[in-house]
Amino acid sequence: MRAEETDVPRLPRGVKLKYDQVRARHVLLAPERAFDIDATAAAVLELVDGARTCGEIVDALATRYNEAREVIADDVRDMIGDLIARRVIER
Amino acid sequence: MSETVAEIDTASAARPAVAPPVGHPIGILCELTHRCPLRCPYCSNPLELERREAELDTATWKRVLSEAAALGILHVHLSGGEPTARADLVELTAHCAAEGLYTNLITSGIGRASAMIGPLSDAGLDHVQLSVQGATAETADLIGGYKGGHAAKLEFARKVTDLDLPLTLNAVIHRGNIHEVEAIIALAVELKARRLEVAHTQYYGWAYANRAALMPARPDVDRSIALVEEARRRLEGVLVIDMVIPDYYARYPKPCSGGWGRRTLNVTPTGRVLPCHAAESIPGLEFWSVRDRSLGDIWRASPAFNAFRGTSWMREPCLSCERREMDFGGCRCQAMALLGDASATDPACSKSPFHARVEALATAEAAADAPSYAYRSIGGAPSEPTEGVRS
Repeated sequence: MRAEETDVPRLPRGVKLKYDQVRARHVLLAPERAFDIDATAAAVLELVDGARTCGEIVDALATRYNEAREVIADDVRDMIGDLIARRVIER
Repeated sequence: MSETVAEIDTASAARPAVAPPVGHPIGILCELTHRCPLRCPYCSNPLELERREAELDTATWKRVLSEAAALGILHVHLSGGEPTARADLVELTAHCAAEGLYTNLITSGIGRASAMIGPLSDAGLDHVQLSVQGATAETADLIGGYKGGHAAKLEFARKVTDLDLPLTLNAVIHRGNIHEVEAIIALAVELKARRLEVAHTQYYGWAYANRAALMPARPDVDRSIALVEEARRRLEGVLVIDMVIPDYYARYPKPCSGGWGRRTLNVTPTGRVLPCHAAESIPGLEFWSVRDRSLGDIWRASPAFNAFRGTSWMREPCLSCERREMDFGGCRCQAMALLGDASATDPACSKSPFHARVEALATAEAAADAPSYAYRSIGGAPSEPTEGVRS
């Protein structure tokens, strides 16, 4: 599943991005599941706030990493879409 | 980019057959009490239920939960019995939240659960897993041995979602409700659950004692699996369905708890720490208690945790199997129950020389008339032993 540019993703109650001190990495905690989050994914998830659209998240990342928008847009939308399909992100 | 959110649950690639360094556990199942209003004949609690007088006190549980956080545990499963039978559950939940632990309430939804869910939500509870015994009151109340139980669960589920708490329904599937799988999926959607566990019965404890009454027929199992696979496609983004395959009919065994002593711990109401809830069915294992030692000491050094850690305990066909770090030889308790040998390959595995007998046993039990349930109760365990596969 690929999220739309206009989707407004959010982490619902019961899903938490946490910095795990013991493992020295980010983890995404969800019902009965935990996901390893690398620095790239953490950068995306930190922008998932229930206010920004997917398009705005792509814009922010493109600016921050000085990348062309079209280079990262599909990856970001796929990642968010994948987490929507797993009911970890709502839109 | 989707690889960047790899689910921690994935099995690792093969490594040499040596004792691995002890890693960080990710989950702890806290059996706060064995008291429960329901009497399900497949209960995962042991046949010898622990009594209220012997339960750990609040201060000890808090210490254990703090030690769990320091060990790197992410998820705390507050379970039982029925955990809301403990008056201190709100306090323990708040303590977990303060420690940064993710809390999962595993509940029947009956008794005090309904009155307690608001305060639990306020205390920072993260998720609710509600058991259902069937899709209809008639089926469910017979299985749970509690009249009015199903109706109470539906009311409880609505309270949970009204609080915006994520809800998982857990349905243990067996001969008595396998014809309701489709209706259970519909019920989960109606109740606005985000997840559904279609958990075919695993035969330990009470379920092992009741196996002949619970074992479904192979065609019914296949139909239920097809229904789940169809529903997963249809309900993508609406309902996540996790399925536990009935392993007597399986080709490969399940990896017990993701590997013995590798990911999870289980604490009994009186404080003994087990690698899995059924581990006490293996004779000769030495379990340590949180009354005497810290959780970290127990995780690293308890003889029971080290007994089957890694792959060095394995024999053939496990030892040279390319799946040895995917399923870790399957389930030690099942090898014990069916073969009387906890170090044997789980006979649910098609590579076990006893596998054909397991499937034959299941087929024969499913074809025979179902005996009545031995309902879970203190002192209610049946005296007749259940048949294994080693003559």
